[in-house]
Amino acid sequence: MPNMQMNKHPMPVQEPDIRITNVEEVALGYTPETAIEEAKRCLNCKHKPCIGGCPVNIHIPDFIAKVAEGDFEGAYRIISLTSSLPAICGRVCPQESQCESKCVRGIKGEPVAIGRLERFVADYMREKGEGKPEKPQPNGHKVAVVGAGPAGLSAAGDLAGMGYEVTVFEALHTPGGVLMYGIPEFRLPKAIVQHEISKLKDLGVEFVTNFVVGRSETIEELMNEGYEAVFVGSGAGLPNFMNLPGEELKGVFSANEFLTRFNLMKAYREDSPTPIQHPKKTVVVGGGNVAMDAARCARRLGSEVYIVYRRSLEELPARKEEVEHAMEEGIIFKLLNNPVAVHGDENGCVNAVECIEMELGEPDASGRRRPIAKEGSSFMIDADCMIMAIGTSPNPLIRSTTEGLETNRKGCLIVDENEMTTREGIYAGGDAVTGAATVISAMGAGKKAAAAIDKALLKDA
Amino acid sequence: MYKILEKKVLNPTVVQITVDAPHAARHAKAGQFIILRADQDGERVPFTIAAADPEKGTVTIIYQVVGASTRKLMALEEGDELADFAGPLGRPSEIEGENVVIIGGGVGCAIALPTAKAFHDAGKNVTTIVGFRNKDLVILEDEFKAVSDTYYLMSDDGSVGEKGLVTAKLKELIENGQKIDKVIAIGPLIMMKFVCALTKEYDIPTVVSMNPIMIDGTGMCGGCRLVVDGQMRFACVDGPDFDGHKVDFDSAMSRNGAYKEKEHHDYEEACRLLNRKEGD
Repeated sequence: MPNMQMNKHPMPVQEPDIRITNVEEVALGYTPETAIEEAKRCLNCKHKPCIGGCPVNIHIPDFIAKVAEGDFEGAYRIISLTSSLPAICGRVCPQESQCESKCVRGIKGEPVAIGRLERFVADYMREKGEGKPEKPQPNGHKVAVVGAGPAGLSAAGDLAGMGYEVTVFEALHTPGGVLMYGIPEFRLPKAIVQHEISKLKDLGVEFVTNFVVGRSETIEELMNEGYEAVFVGSGAGLPNFMNLPGEELKGVFSANEFLTRFNLMKAYREDSPTPIQHPKKTVVVGGGNVAMDAARCARRLGSEVYIVYRRSLEELPARKEEVEHAMEEGIIFKLLNNPVAVHGDENGCVNAVECIEMELGEPDASGRRRPIAKEGSSFMIDADCMIMAIGTSPNPLIRSTTEGLETNRKGCLIVDENEMTTREGIYAGGDAVTGAATVISAMGAGKKAAAAIDKALLKDA
Repeated sequence: MYKILEKKVLNPTVVQITVDAPHAARHAKAGQFIILRADQDGERVPFTIAAADPEKGTVTIIYQVVGASTRKLMALEEGDELADFAGPLGRPSEIEGENVVIIGGGVGCAIALPTAKAFHDAGKNVTTIVGFRNKDLVILEDEFKAVSDTYYLMSDDGSVGEKGLVTAKLKELIENGQKIDKVIAIGPLIMMKFVCALTKEYDIPTVVSMNPIMIDGTGMCGGCRLVVDGQMRFACVDGPDFDGHKVDFDSAMSRNGAYKEKEHHDYEEACRLLNRKEGD
């Protein structure tokens, strides 16, 4: 008999006033008892709509049934059939718009907490020490992966599991991509990312860091060296700015820069040689997960923080939990507002952000109501820091150094239904293809590409 | 890990190291840079490539000890290893123009040298003007002479070469009617700014190599952004070379000072620690 409680078991969290003084994880995870109780809320329905909502098609009801039985190892084995990074996805996937949005329990009450259960299972196994995976029999084929972010890691994991010799080339000094430089410690502990990466190493994946594909070597050269296929998961690329007057002032950062200093370089630590501004009052522009992350990092550096977003709460693209956590942490949402200028002092430092009020008009191409500026409504927010979190544009390096790679109007690589680019043998996925999107959609693309590469190479063999 | 194969102290604060870094060496060209971290907790610091040997797999950089990270770097000796060394990054310099004047200021000469060499190797006529504060700071004199058709050495105090700024020498050459197709200026921002102001008067195309604060250096963080021709550009992927007549030097100078206080504090701290260690 399923547990017919209407609501999810709440996630234990660090209290807001405590957590803004540290970088420890906010959500603390279920206990085994809570996980079992929550798992019992699953009706195990016949048509399993949740699976269709998962970009990597995890066999959700099956793993939840194992959790309900208390067989966490069994649950982990089921998740591992389709997902190589469950501890990460359980934390950062927007479940409310994916698997959980399809859950029958959500029609009346809250859906089953699928994400929290996934996280529980992965954490349980990590803490238990799951033992090294067995290296599969090599199949004699070599594949190169460009970029060690979510797309590349998932492609590498799947290919290595099939017996391919996989080398991942990473430009930064640490593999992980956005999982390391972008998503903060308090949302995704870096030790967990490195643990997932060490599992891939155990599977035989080789990581070459400090290697900038397109500069250190081109894709052409890698292919000449015997890599039969290449997967490009090079990520989002250059940060967008708004071209506002004053954007060049000191104290104006892209979210990528602010987050890279905070996360990858650990600049929040006093002994870090990488500097970071400790602002008093910060304006973050944007409404996605990156904006929430940047705002919450600034908060943890002791700043009062405003999020300026041009649409309303309803359109806010960030994951629901992140918005709630940000609000609990005292971050002030200035919705239906947009910056128009940045003002500075005599030293070239920001001292105010000029904003204008917006109202929503007719829906635009994205289906969301178009924000329109209200004439004469401009006002100032005093601030010594401004963080732009309004998306990125693809890095031109790979397309400009690889012949035959076509891109769309925005500069994103064009791929077919198998994630293959316009050049045979070169596949791509993640933000390099879609523009800024989610960790899980990048992982889904990496997975799909791995399957397509396998099919293509084995056909040739 | 990336081993330091050779270390040469060029003047009291300027050091040259040659590093075993085959991936960075393979395609390194004049004008490009690398990013290194001396140790596992280190800062990512960009340095322009002074020389590279693809066959030996080595890259040479020349750095000036200005902050904590370079102070720690100087404490490393031949045989020691750097934690990270990524590159080459940025776009190579364009080796175009028959008659070029290459201007190097201070440690900027380290970057100007490979560019001078590239022009020289391409059979161009190379005039170099290098400037230093005084005779103790002069570096790479023989190396420059070897790749220059004409070489001028300037010093602020007249203790070596001619007394005066590099711009004074450049102005003299222009007014004497020397044919100059292009000027390439590499050095402190203030020097590049004044070189550009001068060449603009005479309408001589001028390229500058920009060296802003960087974090990742691969085109992700936007920390190195500059205003060029009223547009935002990224030194790490669009540069580091830019049309000097279009660069907004004032905002670049302001942005370069963003972390001055912290840099100063960390430098003092590093000196204190390293001096103590060296004194043991």
